[in-house]
Amino acid sequence: MDRSALINVVDLKKHFVVGKKMILKAVDGITFDIYKGETLGLVGESGCGKSTAGRTIIGLYEATDGEVIFDGRSIQGMDKRERKDFTRRAQMIFQDPYASLNPRMTVTDIVGEGIDIHELYKGDARQQRIYQLLDLVGLNREHANRFPHEFSGGQRQRIGIARALAIEPEFIVCDEPISALDVSIQAQVVNLLQDLQKQFGLTYLFIAHDLSMVRHISDRIAVMYLGAIVELAPSAELYKKPMHPYTEALLSAVPIPDPTVERNRQRIILKGDVPSPINPPPGCKFQARCPKCMEVCKRVTPELKELEPGHFVACHLYDKENQ
Amino acid sequence: MAERLLTVENLAVCFETYAGEVQAVRDVSFYLDKGETLAIVGESGCGKSVTAQTVMQLIPMPPGKIKAGRVVLDGVEISALTDKQMESVRGEQISMIFQDPMTSLNPTMKVGKQIMEVLIKHQDMDKKEAKEKAVEMLKLVGIPKPEKRVDQYPHQYSGGMRQRAMIAIALACNPKLLIADEPTTALDVTIQAQIMELMQDLQQKLHTAIILITHDLGVVADVADRIAVMYAGKILESGSLDDIFKNPQHPYTWGLIQSVPRLDRKTRLIPIEGTPPDLIAPPVGCPFAARCQYCMQICRDQYPDKTAIKGNHYVHCWLQHEMAPKVDNPLAKGGNA
Repeated sequence: MDRSALINVVDLKKHFVVGKKMILKAVDGITFDIYKGETLGLVGESGCGKSTAGRTIIGLYEATDGEVIFDGRSIQGMDKRERKDFTRRAQMIFQDPYASLNPRMTVTDIVGEGIDIHELYKGDARQQRIYQLLDLVGLNREHANRFPHEFSGGQRQRIGIARALAIEPEFIVCDEPISALDVSIQAQVVNLLQDLQKQFGLTYLFIAHDLSMVRHISDRIAVMYLGAIVELAPSAELYKKPMHPYTEALLSAVPIPDPTVERNRQRIILKGDVPSPINPPPGCKFQARCPKCMEVCKRVTPELKELEPGHFVACHLYDKENQ
Repeated sequence: MAERLLTVENLAVCFETYAGEVQAVRDVSFYLDKGETLAIVGESGCGKSVTAQTVMQLIPMPPGKIKAGRVVLDGVEISALTDKQMESVRGEQISMIFQDPMTSLNPTMKVGKQIMEVLIKHQDMDKKEAKEKAVEMLKLVGIPKPEKRVDQYPHQYSGGMRQRAMIAIALACNPKLLIADEPTTALDVTIQAQIMELMQDLQQKLHTAIILITHDLGVVADVADRIAVMYAGKILESGSLDDIFKNPQHPYTWGLIQSVPRLDRKTRLIPIEGTPPDLIAPPVGCPFAARCQYCMQICRDQYPDKTAIKGNHYVHCWLQHEMAPKVDNPLAKGGNA
């Protein structure tokens, strides 16, 4: 696999001011690379900042601090022309196939909008391109003049995928693309995403809360907790050898559809809920729920360190003086 | 020998809509023993929630209509009770918890009061007794500082705590049957693990039977004793946990198990092509025929009878017929290897 980075995320922060002296630190200093042609999975529980991270990386939110470097250029410093070029090369697929399609536009209008903005095809070539895209995602040509409400959830998600592919992007942020769909339909959409990746050499940032699905589709996985990345590793490695206590608990909480496995499993049940990201305490974000919390965790924020080749962990348990 | 708690026979429920009559539940029969957990699995729109709501008699009529069927709870035919009589069954003998704990709790009422309400209605407690019991219930479901929490409103609780509060309300009168309709779908995995552990723990303590409605096969493998697989308003297959996971017989069950990814393995998913049928005009034959790769002519013409496989394992499929071609079960022997 080509290991050159398409995107470097450098100490990216996104804070929201939610009231007087109240700052919601949705994304609080995350750093990672996304390699060309890979799928990087971003997992975490609701409110951990994974969607905000995805939206900031693609430029839908203005970053509070830090940088996103796409193919060597920082998207924060781009001028108008560069920005337009970036939006052609990076696209997004959204979670809710009901809310992310304009109900008053036909499928042709929805899929063709990007083509028009970037002036890629005109006239008959444009129509042919739209038909081609519909074929590609498993829809019929007859669907071209229909409105979104005439489609099922799975079909709508296919329209969303066709829209993202219309302008031949290199990078797609998939923000929970299947969590609104039924199990038997989820597999259809995931297989489609994988086939398209192979065909066009796409790079994905796949955001989801479903760990089984993320492991299934990703080459590498980053685990987020309260705005920070606590662990990042190749997906098989992360599953076999989780090093952060949160990753361990998260993996053990996922039920496996096999009664024999379930009977012989020991669960790590975490106490309590995810704390609020508004004005979080100093130190490790996971300290309040961590079964292995130490004194240092309450004072010093652990850094994300490469403990083994390609396996990054942010935890004081692996500091030299604590071993 | 286990004692029978609930029997549902030939239940049929439909809803009147502008487009026509939706046949949501079509001839469904099942049973439940005391202290047992039955999981009803299926995709959205397959009729699993409607089945549960019919047992509770919570179907709004109109537009709903129960066309046929009997529900017998502990020897009493509750489907024949009047609305007034049913009030004393609900909450006392059968309780229900829902998917979304925010919309199922009353936002303008303190949590404690919502638990007390059940106790005052069903167990003739006075306010003081009821409040003591409410604190006790909150403690039982693992809410920290119950004395303080009892006087708080639902918005002051987190999602997981709200679901715990719902469970406290449901179990306040120690019902014989708890119906849990997607109880953890709206929760995060670490909270889901907490709630499932709590439900299993309380089931042991209180000996409550549970009907668990879910689409998550992982949760089912964790907690169920028996499973009923529903599709397009019918139960296509039912059996023990091991029957369904280790030796499933219906092609839909095969498809369902093969289309979910597993955390401990990486294989390409095998999706079920197509979409479920429209229940305004349900197909005459097997509802899965249009999506089934083993479909035969007879599958489209006639719905198959129930075939017993072994013990309590039943399936509705023409492949079981002696004249049907032999099909290799992709999942026989040890799950989806």
